[in-house]
Amino acid sequence: MALRSLATRKTLTQGLNSVKLTQSRALQTFSLPDLPYDYGALEPAISGEIMELHHQKHHQTYITNYNKALEQLHEAILKGDSSTVVKLQSAIKFNGGGHINHSIFWKNLAPIREGGGEPPKGSLGWAIDTSFGSFESLIQKISAEGAALQGSGWVWLGVDKELKKLVIETTANQDPLVTKGPNLVPLLGIDVWEHAYYLQYKNVRPDYLKNIWKVINWQYASEVYEKECP
Amino acid sequence: MARHLLVTDFILPLKSPKLSYLCEPQKGRSNGSQKVSRTVAYYGLKTPPYKLDALEPYMSKRALEVHWGVHHRDFVEDLNKQLGKSDILYGYTMDELVKATYNNGNPLAEFNNAAEVWNHDFFWESMQPGGGNMPKLGLLQQIEKDFGSFTNFREKFVEAALTLFGSGWVWLVLKRHEKQLAVVKTSNSINPLAWDDIPILNLDMWEHAYYLDYKNDRGKYVNEFMNHLVSWNAAMVRMARAEAFVNFGEPEIPIA
Repeated sequence: MALRSLATRKTLTQGLNSVKLTQSRALQTFSLPDLPYDYGALEPAISGEIMELHHQKHHQTYITNYNKALEQLHEAILKGDSSTVVKLQSAIKFNGGGHINHSIFWKNLAPIREGGGEPPKGSLGWAIDTSFGSFESLIQKISAEGAALQGSGWVWLGVDKELKKLVIETTANQDPLVTKGPNLVPLLGIDVWEHAYYLQYKNVRPDYLKNIWKVINWQYASEVYEKECP
Repeated sequence: MARHLLVTDFILPLKSPKLSYLCEPQKGRSNGSQKVSRTVAYYGLKTPPYKLDALEPYMSKRALEVHWGVHHRDFVEDLNKQLGKSDILYGYTMDELVKATYNNGNPLAEFNNAAEVWNHDFFWESMQPGGGNMPKLGLLQQIEKDFGSFTNFREKFVEAALTLFGSGWVWLVLKRHEKQLAVVKTSNSINPLAWDDIPILNLDMWEHAYYLDYKNDRGKYVNEFMNHLVSWNAAMVRMARAEAFVNFGEPEIPIA
């Protein structure tokens, strides 16, 4: 019995050493994804000024800090510095989450002339009607949840890939949707942090939520849905 | 603290079991024809102790017009709308209302509005034109005692502001039990009154507080606040008042 456990420990550390080697060679850094449209293309729903700041300043800051935190985590893991590893978790969740969420958000938006605002057809449209009664009812529910969220966060339309069910969820700060359920896949996320609408709508978040539907890219949401629920 | 409920011809419903300790159930006398108005709590919007352009260029007139005139005003109006629904929360000062609605960690619906009204009242008074510099006298001594030096305190305060994730506030508080000053950061509208500490200063780190003037440059906003806006006069007054509630022991009287 003791012999067996000794043997497994040896192979485990051998295995870990080889993993360490590959890790130190391949630390990926992240960079700001390009927007598939001009900053001003979503006007008047979202102003060009907001889009530019949101993309170039806010999203970029999340990416910069995410990369920094990952590097610090990498070093801490190599050194076996557990307290630093654990301490970095909140910075990684916040900045990594910010990067994940905003990357999805840019794909969730599209200029009107490129289909922004067009309701989904196909299986997603059908699923929405089944789960929520109608497209309008879904919109209303998401807007209500988004308006009621206190502080900073996101409102999501997601699909539970196990149960094949559509869900509406909110997350605080930059928590990704997966923190609300490991099987949840985001189809559509709306940023309700003040920076997402303040310069244009001031504190009237409901107006922002009313107008953003005009530039929502349901095409992308449908694609993700069809991949999870073929 | 006496709470006066005008008993009229209505029956006070016991809204929620959480509040049952607060109100004494009173049965109204059914006197059909009589119509008396209810008494409910109602709060007003306090004006900042300076003109709206007095904090330029560190906080613009436009920013104050929106932050105070729209955000803060809306909090007051929304609070009054909530309070108008029943008189369970009648008879509190703002401080007491914040504590009561916090409900020991299980906040009532009114908490967010009540706390934000309180926080913003406190915030306007935590700033002054020609602010910044350093505190003097007893407050400076206490800061040096509890943080080592003023520079150390300033560093801690700025660090707390910049490491706050999401929306929230940064506070200089006097901790009642430890009898020490401390820097504290809270999320959304949480306020140190909730755990019975005494706030001395606060700084609004919600994006709406700095976005119009600084966009996403939080660092600049916090530094301008510390260098040019923070009112140590207000802090000293609050500290003096706090000393009535926290026993710092015998004062050192110099021997002649």
